[in-house]
Amino acid sequence: MSAVEERLPIALRTEALEQLLVEKGLVDPAVMDKFISTYENDVGPLNGAKVVAKAWTDPEYRRRLIDDGTAAIAELGFKGPQGEHMVVLPNEDKVHNVVVCTLCSCYPWPVLGLPPSWYKDPAYRSRMVREPRAVLSEMGLDLADDVEIRVWDSSSEVRFLVLPQRPAGTESLSEEQLAELITRDAMVGVALVAAP
Amino acid sequence: MDGIADMGGMQGWGAVKRPGDEPVFGEKWEGRAFALGLLSMRTSGTNLDSFRHALDRQSPMNYIADGYYGRWCHAAETLLVDSSIIAPGAVEARARNRRGENVEEPAWPEPNKPDYAPTAAGSLREVTEPPAFAVGDRVRAKDIHPTRHTRLTRYVRGREGVIARIRPSAVLPDTHATFQGENAQHVYSVRFDSHELWGPDAEEFTLNIDLWESYLEATS
Repeated sequence: MSAVEERLPIALRTEALEQLLVEKGLVDPAVMDKFISTYENDVGPLNGAKVVAKAWTDPEYRRRLIDDGTAAIAELGFKGPQGEHMVVLPNEDKVHNVVVCTLCSCYPWPVLGLPPSWYKDPAYRSRMVREPRAVLSEMGLDLADDVEIRVWDSSSEVRFLVLPQRPAGTESLSEEQLAELITRDAMVGVALVAAP
Repeated sequence: MDGIADMGGMQGWGAVKRPGDEPVFGEKWEGRAFALGLLSMRTSGTNLDSFRHALDRQSPMNYIADGYYGRWCHAAETLLVDSSIIAPGAVEARARNRRGENVEEPAWPEPNKPDYAPTAAGSLREVTEPPAFAVGDRVRAKDIHPTRHTRLTRYVRGREGVIARIRPSAVLPDTHATFQGENAQHVYSVRFDSHELWGPDAEEFTLNIDLWESYLEATS
C-alpha cells in the first residue's frame, strides 16, 4: 500500500474479518469468546506468582524449578501455548535478569498471561537489548552499579520467567500472602518485589 | 527478513512506558483480533512461524499504527489470503460496506492451503546428530540477510559470543514458516557482551539470545 492511501480503522477491519469468517462457517464466535475470556479471567500473572511464592518457601521446589522449569511449573498445573519449554532465571544480590522479545512479543502465557502494553511497545523492544540500565531506570527500577544485568531476548520457543528475590521482612508471611506481593513486572524483570 | 518486526537496537522510539494496571484487552476489538489471529493459523492450514512471518511482512505503517493486536488482525488476513480462504480485498470491501459504503465484494476464492502437516505437536524435535558446538565455545552469528523469515536478529549478525547453554532442539522457523520443511536443529543460548554489540561506550551488560545451529559459525 502507498503511504497516501486511506487506512481503514483497525477496529472496523477486525469486525469485517470476523463477520466474513463467521458467515462462511470458518470461525465460531463462541470459540473466540472462550479464548478471550480465558486470558481475561483465568490465565494471568497470579499463576506465576504462585510459582515464585512456592519457590521462596520450598527450597526443594526452587531447585526443581531452576533445574527444569517446564516440569516444575506444570506441577502447579500451569502449561499450554507459549509455555512449551520454560526457563526460570533466578535473580541474585548481584545479578538481575530481564526479559524482552525484540522480534515480536513472545511472552510466557501460562504463567503471566498476555503481555502488557509496555512489553509490546517498540521503545521497550528496541532499547532493552541496547541500554537496559537506562530503560529500567525509566521504568522506575534503579539498580546499583555493581549489579550485573543479564538481558534475555526470547528469540526461540523457550520462554523465560524471572524468579525475583524475596524481600526482607517477609519471614512471617505464608505462601499465599507472599504470592500477593509478587507482580508481573517483577517476573519480567522490570521491577523488584517490595515488602508489604 | 530485514523488516519492521526486527526492532532490537533501533533508535528513535523515545521513552518506555511506565508499567501500570491495565486491562488485558484495552478495547473490545483487540480481543476479537487476538482470537482471530489464533484461529487464522488453523483455518489457513499454516503454523505459528507462518503467523510470525505474516507479521514480518506487514507494511511498517500498518505494523506501527495499528498496534499489537492490529498487526495480529493484518497477519490473520495475510495468512487467509495466502491460502485463498478469503479473497484479496475482501476484508477492506466488507469494512467499507459496514460503514455504509456500497462497494462490490470479491467472490469467495477456491481454497488453496499449503501442502503442510507438522510431524508432531509444538516446535521441539529430537535431532540425532550431535551438537556442532559445546558450552564455552566462541561462535559468530552469521552476517547474512535472508529475505524469508528468520529468528537471527540483525543486531547480533557478525558479532561474536559464547555458547552459554544448549536448548532443546527445535524446528527451524526459517523454513517451517514457508512450509519448506521442519529442518530441526540444535538451538543454543548464546551470550554476547554489550560492547561487542554496541561498541566501547555501551552500558555494561550481557545479552543472551537463542540461536539455531545454522545461524552460527565457529570463530577462527
